[in-house]
Parts: sequence; C-alpha cells; structure tokens
Amino acid sequence: MLRFIVVRLMWMIPSLIAVSFLAFVLIQLPPGDFVTTYIATLAASNELVDQNTAAELRARFGLDQPMMIQYLKWISGILLEGNFGLSFEWQQPVSELIWERMALTLVLTLSTLLATWGIALPIGVFSAVKKYSIGDYVATFFSFLGLAIPSFLLALVLMYVAAVKLGQDVGGLFSEKFVNSPWSFDKILDLVAHLWVPVIILAVSGTASLIRVMRANMLDELNKPYVTTARAKGLSEFALLIKYPVRVALNPFISTIAWLLPNLVSGSIIVAIVLSLPTAGPMLLQSLMSQDMYLAGAFVLLICALTLVGSLVSDVLLALVDPRIRLE
Amino acid sequence: MSGIEAVATDNKKLAVASQWQLVWWAFKKHQLAMAGLVVVVAFYVIAVVPGFFAVNDPAMQNARAAYYPPQELHFFDKDEAGNWYFRPFIHPYQLRRDPQTLAAIYTEDSTRKVDVRLFGRGYKYSILGLFETDIHLFAVSEPRQPLFLLGADRLGRCVFSRIMQGTQISLSVGLVGVFMSLAIGVVLGGISGYYGGRTDFAIQRAVEFALSLPTIPIWLALAAALPQDWPATTQYFMITVILSLTGWAQLARVVRGRFLSLRTEEFVVAARLDGASEGRIIFRHMLPSFMSHIIASITLAIPAMILAETSLSFLGLGLQPPTISWGVLLREAQNIRSIATAPWLFWPGFAVVVAVMALNFLGDGLRDAADPYNK
Repeated sequence: MLRFIVVRLMWMIPSLIAVSFLAFVLIQLPPGDFVTTYIATLAASNELVDQNTAAELRARFGLDQPMMIQYLKWISGILLEGNFGLSFEWQQPVSELIWERMALTLVLTLSTLLATWGIALPIGVFSAVKKYSIGDYVATFFSFLGLAIPSFLLALVLMYVAAVKLGQDVGGLFSEKFVNSPWSFDKILDLVAHLWVPVIILAVSGTASLIRVMRANMLDELNKPYVTTARAKGLSEFALLIKYPVRVALNPFISTIAWLLPNLVSGSIIVAIVLSLPTAGPMLLQSLMSQDMYLAGAFVLLICALTLVGSLVSDVLLALVDPRIRLE
Repeated sequence: MSGIEAVATDNKKLAVASQWQLVWWAFKKHQLAMAGLVVVVAFYVIAVVPGFFAVNDPAMQNARAAYYPPQELHFFDKDEAGNWYFRPFIHPYQLRRDPQTLAAIYTEDSTRKVDVRLFGRGYKYSILGLFETDIHLFAVSEPRQPLFLLGADRLGRCVFSRIMQGTQISLSVGLVGVFMSLAIGVVLGGISGYYGGRTDFAIQRAVEFALSLPTIPIWLALAAALPQDWPATTQYFMITVILSLTGWAQLARVVRGRFLSLRTEEFVVAARLDGASEGRIIFRHMLPSFMSHIIASITLAIPAMILAETSLSFLGLGLQPPTISWGVLLREAQNIRSIATAPWLFWPGFAVVVAVMALNFLGDGLRDAADPYNK
C-alpha cells in the first residue's frame, strides 16, 4: 500500500512541472505584455509614456529577459519563498491577493462535491431499484436536462427568478456587513447561508451524470446471487440494499472525484463570474483581460494543481477500498 | 438482439443484412433517440439556410423597437358568420412613451390584424454564399409592420431571427471542433492501441494529464491571447482549435480501447498471417469494425463543444459580435437589469438546451445500437 502511494506521488512530480510550464506559457501567449497594456491605458487618459520609461518599466519587472529565465525565476520564487511575484494591476504581491479567494474556491468546490454525492446517491439507488417506474423516468429525464443546461444559464435563470419574483439578490457569498469584516463565527454562518445557491447550481450537471453511473452499477449488482441469498435469509429490503449492493456499487463512485473535480472547478469559474462570487473565477478573468500575468499564472497553476491533487486523492482512496487496484 | 428479430421477421433478411442495416434496425427501436435525430436534422437544416427561417434581417437595428415584447402568432380567425377559419395573423403593437421616465411602453392593438404569409418575401439573404433570394418561410403582408416572434433586444434586433442565424455558427463550431479533435484522437489513440508497450504508456500518461486539467481556465487563457481585431473567420477557426485542444483526450481513449481489444481478434491475426500491410490491417480490417462506435462518441462530443463555445462567448472571450452565435446572444442576458426588463433574451439559452439534449439522446441511442453485444 505504502509503495503504491509513493509511486503515485512520484508520478505527481512530472505532472506538476508540466502544469507549471503550461501555466507560464499560457500567460506569455498574448502579444505584448503588461507594460503595453499599461501604456495604452495611460494614453487613453492623454498621458504619454516615452520609450525610455517603457524600457525602464520592463527592466524593473524583468520582462526584457528570455522566457526560460523568466520562467525559472518565477518557479523558483514560488518553490523557495512562496513568492508568486507581483500583480502589476493591483501593485501588491500576488500571494496576498489569492489565498482567501483560493480558499473560498476550495470550500465551494468541496461542498459541491459533497452535495453532488448526497443528491446523486439516493436517486441513483432509487431509480435502479424501481427500474422503469415513473420515478425512474422522471429521474432519467431530469438527469438529461441537467446535462444539457449550461451552469451559467442556470445561474442567470435563478438570479432572474430571485430578483424579479422574490425581490432578493442571490449574488455574492457574504451579506454586505460581512464583506470586509475579519473572520468570525457569524461570518462563517453568513457564508453557509449564501453558499447553497452556487452549490446547487454547480451540483446539477455533476449529479446528472452520477445518477446514471450509480444506476448502471446498481443494476449490475442487483441480479447477483448474493442479493438473492440475503433476501432468502429474511433481511429487510432496506437493510439488504445498504449492506451489500450499495457498498459494492459505491466503488466506482470514489473514482469519480478524478473526473468530477476538473469539471466542477471549470464550472465554478463561470458561475462565480455570473454571480460575482469572491472566488478565483472573476479575478482570473479580470487578470487575463488586463494581462496581469503573474496573477493569472498563479491562479491557473493553483487551480490545475488542485485538480491533480484531487485525482491523486481519489486514486489513493480507491486503492484503499479495492485491493485489486493496488496489485495491478 | 431481440429488437432486430421483431423488425426483420425473415431470418434470411437478418443473415444477409450489413452491419449498418443492423445498427439502423436497432436504432429505430429507440424512441427517444429517433426524436433526437429528428430535432438534430431540423437544427442542421436551419443551420444551412438560416435566412429562410428568419423573419427580419438579424443584423438590422431598429431604434423604435428596443425591447419589443414577443408577439403572439394567431392561426385562426372568425368570419362574420362566426365560423373559425385558418388565417395566420398578428396584432400590431403601438409604441408609447412613459411621460416621466420616457421608457417605451408597448400595447397590443387588438382591433387591427396583420396577415402573416407562408413563403412571403422579406429581406434579401444568400444561401451558403451561392445565390441570393428574398423568400422566407413566413413574412408579414405589410412590410412596414414589424414582426418579432420572440421579441427584440436592446438595439431592437429580432431575437428569433438572430437565434436562427446563430444556429449556423453554434452547430458548426461543434462539428468542426469535433472533427479536429477526432483527427488528433484517432492518430494518437490508434498508435497507442496498435503498438502498445512504451509508446502506449507515454501516450496514456499524456491523455490522463489532459483529462485531469480543468478546461475553462486554459480556454480562458488561450482565448484571451487571441487578438480582438482578427477577422471573424480567423477568430472562429482559432476558437474551434482551442476547443479541440482539450477535447481530443476522451476520443483518443475510446479509439485506443477499441484497438486494444481488436488487436488479438482472429480476423486481425488472419489478416496479418495473410501478409497484409499494417496500413491495410488498420484501415481495411480494424477501422470499419469500430466505425459505428466512433460515430457514437463523436455525437456525444458535439454537445460538449457547443456548451463550451457558448460559455466562452458568453464570458466575452469567445466569438465577438457582430458574429452571431448562441453564446454571443446570451451576452445580452448577462446583467440582471436587462433580463428583468426583457426575459425573452433567455430564448437563445432554450435553443442551446434543446440542441444539446437532442444530440445527447441521439448519441446515446447510437451507442446502444452500435454495440453488437447489447441485448
């Protein structure tokens, strides 16, 4: 077991290096750099910047060096000092800007993951046990619908209903009085009260596909002889289901973290932009628009690393549950 | 395959049926998939000739029709004797201004009726750039009367006609993007599955890596790198390339799986012993036997592409106006104030949902029908 985890951890290293390089190349791609954008903004307000000042600015931010050197400087700063560089736009170290937003993104993603399982598990079991019943058809229909509705559209419709029909504002993660206040117990309660809207929106599409996975797994198990044996022993139908087939069918459930997590993170970015949540999404979009490369790079790097760690966790969990995988 | 026996009661017919016939018979039994097929075909017909289905010029702005509400199309009218007869018409709206806020108020004038004609004449449009015509599926008899079936947007542009026009871009992005990722997927997956060993190991790690990355941040970063002032066609092409850069992994995995399982089949071994070349084994013997599977996977990949384009354009990093796609149209619905005044701006979203659902049903049915071991 230990060997499996160590080997799996070793595999993370090349992936992480690849991700960090990818993140850096992505933010280098746009033609021009931050100084170009900065000069354009100044020119819009009739302030002219001459060539020397521009070159000076580039030298100060290290933008005049070859790409490989810039990358090495960037990545060694992160690894050795936890220094993600300076955000040009905010004139602040990136690390001061991102951590709270990344933490909120993590909270949002993990709550969504739990909500997805919590909704999909009972419905999946139900529609397998009551196969071809009305409830099963309703569940199947809604899971197809859930797959087809883009999450941002759902967010928009919910915002519309809340604003026009109920007269409420569903955007944001905190009430006004808590937005800038330090963390306290009341603030956490306030967060929980706001969190369920984006969580539900995000959970819909993941739930849809999970219900179908769970249903198929359960259908495979339900006809096996051990279920008949348990029934013949006189176990109640509910105890029987929970004790045997659901436990076996849960196995592939764990492996869904690996593919659910990238989707959740992707979805959460768009939904966060629509609902203007204080998570990574809106700031990532903003930084990409203004080519604030260190900030954007830090976000892309952390988000990708987060999903890689997620798939690692799911692999380890799966190996814990199912010995066949360890031995492969 | 019990379904096929029901259709083809004659066993001789079943015995000589080609693989495609078998798939078609199994597919026909799947009602949801058949419904999906009908809807998808309808959407692609619209995508080929959007101008024919549109009512107004999708690019035309009309200052006197900002946020014009949707008009109801009446199909039956009563004559003097009180009998109903078929006559499609609309009641025109009258524009007034609120004396205080100057906001537009539209009231229905139910005393007047404007006829709607099938195959009437309207604005000029070209069919696939080949020839021009001005015949539309329906048009109003009085050219000066506006007809907004699904209302108008901020600039008084017809939402219905814009949805029709957007079909062309939105559905073709999916198709082109899928074929690009298929090309990458088939080559890499094919090499991986056919040769196995170290090549397979390396390609599989790359596939796993590509699958474990969240797509949206990468798309956003790539799309943000595109210059905003590129011509529309270049932009369209680049967006599809970006979408297929992340879509290939899933297809590569499917292709590899099929190659691996087929590699040891008797007919492949037989072909090899016969001295057939590798190219001939792959293209003549292996590829046809999982072609139907590939088609099913493609059908299931298109909706994902459509959703991706819609999301990117919605965020303002995908296609840019004046190009019309469903995502671009949904940008109009981005802020709460415009959707509160004009909820009909959600209609492009409805088109997205219907198209994606139909494609999913179609793909699901195809996958079931293409599986020879499916009971």
